[in-house]
Amino acid sequence: MNNIDSYLFISSMLFCLGLFGVITRRNAIAVLMGVELILNAANINFIAFSKFNGMNLDGHIFGLLVIVLAAAEAAVALAIIINIYNNMNTINVDEAAELKR
Amino acid sequence: MIENPMISFPLLILFLPLLSFLILIFFGKRLPRQGDWVAVGSIVFTFLLAVYLFVQMLMNYNPDFSNSASISWIDLGAFKINLGILIDNLTIVMLLIVTLVSSCTHIFSLEYMKGDIRYNRYYAYLGLFTFSMNGIVLADNLISMYMSWELVGVSSYLLIGHWFEKDSAANASKKAFLTNRVGDIGFFIGIMLLYSAVGAFAFSPIFESISTGESIAGATLTIAGLGIFMGAVGKSSQFPLHIWLPDAMEGPTPVSALMHAATMVAAGVYMCVRLFPIFTPGALTVIAYVGGITAILAAITAITQNDIKKVLAYSTVSQLGFMVLAVGTGVYTAAFFHLLTHAMFKANLFYCSGSVIHSMHHALHEAHDHDTDPQDMRNMGGFKEKMPVTYYSMLISTLAIAGVPLFSGFLSKDAILAGTLAFAQHHPEHFLLPLFGFSAAAITAFYMFRLIFMTFHGKPNMKSIFKDIHESPNVMTGPIVLLGTLSFFIFYTLPSNFNPIKDKGWFTDLIVPRNSSVPGSLTANEIAEYAHHAHYLAMGLSIAVASVGILLAVLMYFTKTLSAKNISARFGFLYDWSLNKFYFDENYNRFLYQPFMRLANTVSWIDWEFYDKYFINGFGRLTKLFSNASGKFDYDGIDQGLVDGFGRVSGIAGKFLRNIQTGRLQNYLLFVVAGILVIIIAQAF
Repeated sequence: MNNIDSYLFISSMLFCLGLFGVITRRNAIAVLMGVELILNAANINFIAFSKFNGMNLDGHIFGLLVIVLAAAEAAVALAIIINIYNNMNTINVDEAAELKR
Repeated sequence: MIENPMISFPLLILFLPLLSFLILIFFGKRLPRQGDWVAVGSIVFTFLLAVYLFVQMLMNYNPDFSNSASISWIDLGAFKINLGILIDNLTIVMLLIVTLVSSCTHIFSLEYMKGDIRYNRYYAYLGLFTFSMNGIVLADNLISMYMSWELVGVSSYLLIGHWFEKDSAANASKKAFLTNRVGDIGFFIGIMLLYSAVGAFAFSPIFESISTGESIAGATLTIAGLGIFMGAVGKSSQFPLHIWLPDAMEGPTPVSALMHAATMVAAGVYMCVRLFPIFTPGALTVIAYVGGITAILAAITAITQNDIKKVLAYSTVSQLGFMVLAVGTGVYTAAFFHLLTHAMFKANLFYCSGSVIHSMHHALHEAHDHDTDPQDMRNMGGFKEKMPVTYYSMLISTLAIAGVPLFSGFLSKDAILAGTLAFAQHHPEHFLLPLFGFSAAAITAFYMFRLIFMTFHGKPNMKSIFKDIHESPNVMTGPIVLLGTLSFFIFYTLPSNFNPIKDKGWFTDLIVPRNSSVPGSLTANEIAEYAHHAHYLAMGLSIAVASVGILLAVLMYFTKTLSAKNISARFGFLYDWSLNKFYFDENYNRFLYQPFMRLANTVSWIDWEFYDKYFINGFGRLTKLFSNASGKFDYDGIDQGLVDGFGRVSGIAGKFLRNIQTGRLQNYLLFVVAGILVIIIAQAF
């Protein structure tokens, strides 16, 4: 477990799972959870590269930044979802296609 | 250059009348007295300037005096036109004539034109007329002479048609203008011929180039000379273009005086004198015959005219014929001498006739008679006591024109007749020329005394108006007295010569003939020598013919021992021809105007019926058809097919592409991922 490949493997698996969730789930909250998975996959990459390429704490700082960003994004996204629910009585993303019409 | 008074004064003389014209034409109505003082003041000032130049000329007493100045007007490299003025003795004398007669006309008109509806315009046009004539006199090249030449035509048109409400005046002005145009075409052709051969418009290079005989010679030069002479035929009203001058009497009488003495008809003779060196012997022969025929025809016509101004008009034509005859026979300074003396006495004769007509007008007006012609001599008679100043002045001028010794006309006419006689002595085949000259001189004496006797002697023919005839006021008699005095010989023979039958004097000393530029012509000395030999014979003959003419007039119209009626009956056809002016107008009408009108009508018919209706209208119809087709193609093809087609294609494409835009975020994301995968796979290989 001491080479970079296994970290990258884990992170890409996580990314694919997140992407799959974002694309396939109809529930807006599930989509949001997929986005969180993608962000965390990126975090793992940052830290792995930081560790194996001798970049001190650069990767960790980026990781923390991404976590904060993800929290902020989740707050905004949840607010939007609540508003969609208030207006349409659903959080199915396929139903929220107002712009198409 | 401008500081030299010999340049600046002539320029002032040239442009002051133009200035007066501009002021009067634009502001004349608003000035006090309609601005006549502007015109009179400026013209009298130019006269004083001309007198100054004249006195300078007499003081220098240099026959070769010549001065010139020019500016570049058009410069296109190879093609260059300079405008310039040339001042020599000829110019100075001519300037004096023009400004003197013009001043007299201006002063005379103060009374004659009083109360005229276009008073300010009349004076403005007089200024324009004087300006254009001075332009001809001062020109040092053919182009500026031609421009002034045309300006003279225009201003004569304006002045002859001054009373254009009268149809006859409007027609006369048109006739004068158009007849002059015929001559001017020839003039222009002559100028162009000379220019194309010589490459210059100014006189001196033309003379020089001709004298080498290389640039232009022979028949071409003859044609060029005759073309230029054609201009003089029109302006100086020579046969066959003399028909306009008698009609030009429709203008105000002072204008007739100006036109006949100094400004218009003199232009042609002046031009011939100025350009004498370019005329070939062939051209000169034609010129001499034209002059001779004009002199005799006009003199015969003048015998039977009853209108006082018509007699004077034909007399002018005849005297101009004399001058042209003199140019043709080579004694061109004699032509200019006659131009000078003729200007004085003919202007005076016109002023006198104007004075008579003025008082006739007045008398007829008093008698409330508006049908009688105030210019008809048959209504006059016995005016001698009533108008003594006019009578004596007119008598003096009549003696001058008749060629009686002691008077100016004798000197100049004698010089011309001597030249003509000498020419015939050396070219016996041209014996007709002196015959024309002497008979015209005899007839001149006859009809001028007929005029005097019919107007001033005998019993009054209209007693009803006779009591109201009286002498004209001072502004009219002033010029009459001045010009009458100038008809004496003494003014032309001073300072050396008091012999009344010898023409030697300042004129012959200062205006000396120059040699012709045409190689092979007689030199001026030879011509003068020949003329000198013929001098005494010519003098005797001319005194004899003048006496015969006067005697006949006395017998027929003063003592009435010979009945004019019987004689006219005996020479029936000649009398008819003379009375009807040799039927020139009628024949021109029948053989020129009528066929021309018919041709014009035919052409206009063809133009309208065929050209307009079928060709032009056909073009219209074709264009309409073509534009209909083009419009259809435009609308159906371009608009509906191409332009709208683009719209429809983009609409269909848009509708199709719309289907891809599902509006579902996850679909888009799927496409993005697929796209990235494609890129990655493409990169891998």
